[in-house]
Amino acid sequence: MQFRIWRGDKSGGDFIPYETEVTEGMVVLDAVHQIQAESANDLAVRWNCKAGKCGSCSAEINGHPKLMCMTKLSDLPPDEPVKIEPMRSFPSIRDLVTDVSWNFRVKKQIKQFKPRKPDADDGTWRIQQGEVERVQEFRKCIECFLCQDVCHVLREHHLHDQFIGPRYLVYTASLEMHPLDTEDRLAELKQAHGIGFCNITKCCTSVCPEDITITDNAIIPLKERVVDEFYDPIVKIYRKLTSLVPGSKAQVRDSSG
Amino acid sequence: MATSELVQVDLPDKGLKARVTARRDWWWIPQALTFLGFSSFLIYGNWAAWQGNHYVYGPYLSPFYSPELWGNSPHAWFGPLPQWYPQFLPYSPALLILWIPGLFRLTCYYYRGAYYKAFWADPPGCTVAEPRKKFRGENSFPLIWQNIHRYFLFLSLGVLAILIYDAFQAFWFEVPAGLSGPAESHTEFGIGVGSLVLLTNCVLLSLYLLGCHSLRHLTGGRLDSLQRKPIRKTCYECVSGLNKRHMRWAWFSLFSVGFSDLYVRMCSMGIWTDMRLF
Ligand code: SF4
Ligand code: SF4
Ligand code: FES
Repeated sequence: MQFRIWRGDKSGGDFIPYETEVTEGMVVLDAVHQIQAESANDLAVRWNCKAGKCGSCSAEINGHPKLMCMTKLSDLPPDEPVKIEPMRSFPSIRDLVTDVSWNFRVKKQIKQFKPRKPDADDGTWRIQQGEVERVQEFRKCIECFLCQDVCHVLREHHLHDQFIGPRYLVYTASLEMHPLDTEDRLAELKQAHGIGFCNITKCCTSVCPEDITITDNAIIPLKERVVDEFYDPIVKIYRKLTSLVPGSKAQVRDSSG
Repeated sequence: MATSELVQVDLPDKGLKARVTARRDWWWIPQALTFLGFSSFLIYGNWAAWQGNHYVYGPYLSPFYSPELWGNSPHAWFGPLPQWYPQFLPYSPALLILWIPGLFRLTCYYYRGAYYKAFWADPPGCTVAEPRKKFRGENSFPLIWQNIHRYFLFLSLGVLAILIYDAFQAFWFEVPAGLSGPAESHTEFGIGVGSLVLLTNCVLLSLYLLGCHSLRHLTGGRLDSLQRKPIRKTCYECVSGLNKRHMRWAWFSLFSVGFSDLYVRMCSMGIWTDMRLF
């Protein structure tokens, strides 16, 4: 089978043709390893689990952001070379390896989990399964950053300094919607985290290997919460009016900042 | 900014020639279908709304024209158009109403994502290069107005209630006086193809409206726990269930509302004959 693998680094590179024998059941990562062993010993590729669970082997295969270890060769058109390149939203380190450290810096800026006072004297909480079901979906994330790679706000418009990207909107949702959490992240979502840049075009949802319904279950519900807080004109008027009433919740909230 | 600024990422040219996409599948098909679907509906809808006639046939009232506030049909709430309405201004009962469902669909989360892609190429497809460099998302005027979607939902739910009433009325046919019956005209229950068309339209519209993301938020999404609120929990779960198929119902109901108008119009123009099934 024919392959074209992008080789290069920060300063540039190109697609190099390779050929290798493939057998039934092989995935793209197997082929890359075989090519590495046979004809390109210095080919850089990042991987770990080979089971779609570590999120290391993200790349673009024929233009689709995918995990190399979960993409079967039998699902790709056999008559044309398979094109493999690194994620395009992040700086290249070498060959298929990109520098995804921006993501970890973003994560640090999201307000951490701040649980309510423990429910029991021994410092533990009581919570029902049904209450956490909604946020459990978000915990499936393996941080492969394929959603960050495909999101046009980052990929095309390079707004890395104004938009945290779908992965971190999912992460914020998992904290913000958690029944034990007491932190308020809505102001950041609107301003520093740039949720308004997302135009709900759902590319992130379509590439997520964990099938997290990123747009519908995380981003849109957060957008609606931001609307409550900052855009809903009637809520605004209502808050203004009630804040005039001494001792009202709204007044307490206003004066506390 | 409320927290420290996000860190800029240095994305050097990776030696790629300018290219549109590396994708080889037919990524543009869904966008082309969206474009065709919307454009045809917009053209037909505008044309039909400006006609101002052929929107009633027997007990059927076209959903484009309901509620008919002022108009010449027996369905008009306040009778004919008042005298003081300037003659030179065009009038059609649809114009007073159609902006409500129109803006509801325009600000619908599903449609937004779909038309940003199909009409604005923002992006043209996933991992497909965009024609414009500048991007402001839904952060500033005019798109910031998308955020009042919930108010168009409330208005549209009102219109839906009226359409459900119309669909109910569509099962009661007028029996003229004197024909082998009582001396006065009266209505009797019956089922015509049109009754079923209007009923189906209401069902599809309900499936679309009740799966709205804003409704999902209001019924339960805004709370972190619904554990001690069984009624809200059930509502939230129902809305969430419909929401999973929001795109499907958005299209089906768009088609059905257009077809309902077409059906009434064709019957009224005498081109189609309404079959009475019962
Ligand atoms: S839905 Fe939003 S976050 Fe997801 S890819 Fe599209 S713009 Fe990016
Ligand atoms: S949300 Fe999905 S696509 Fe995004 S980083 Fe997590 S697992 Fe990967
Ligand atoms: S190697 Fe772990 S996800 Fe592919």
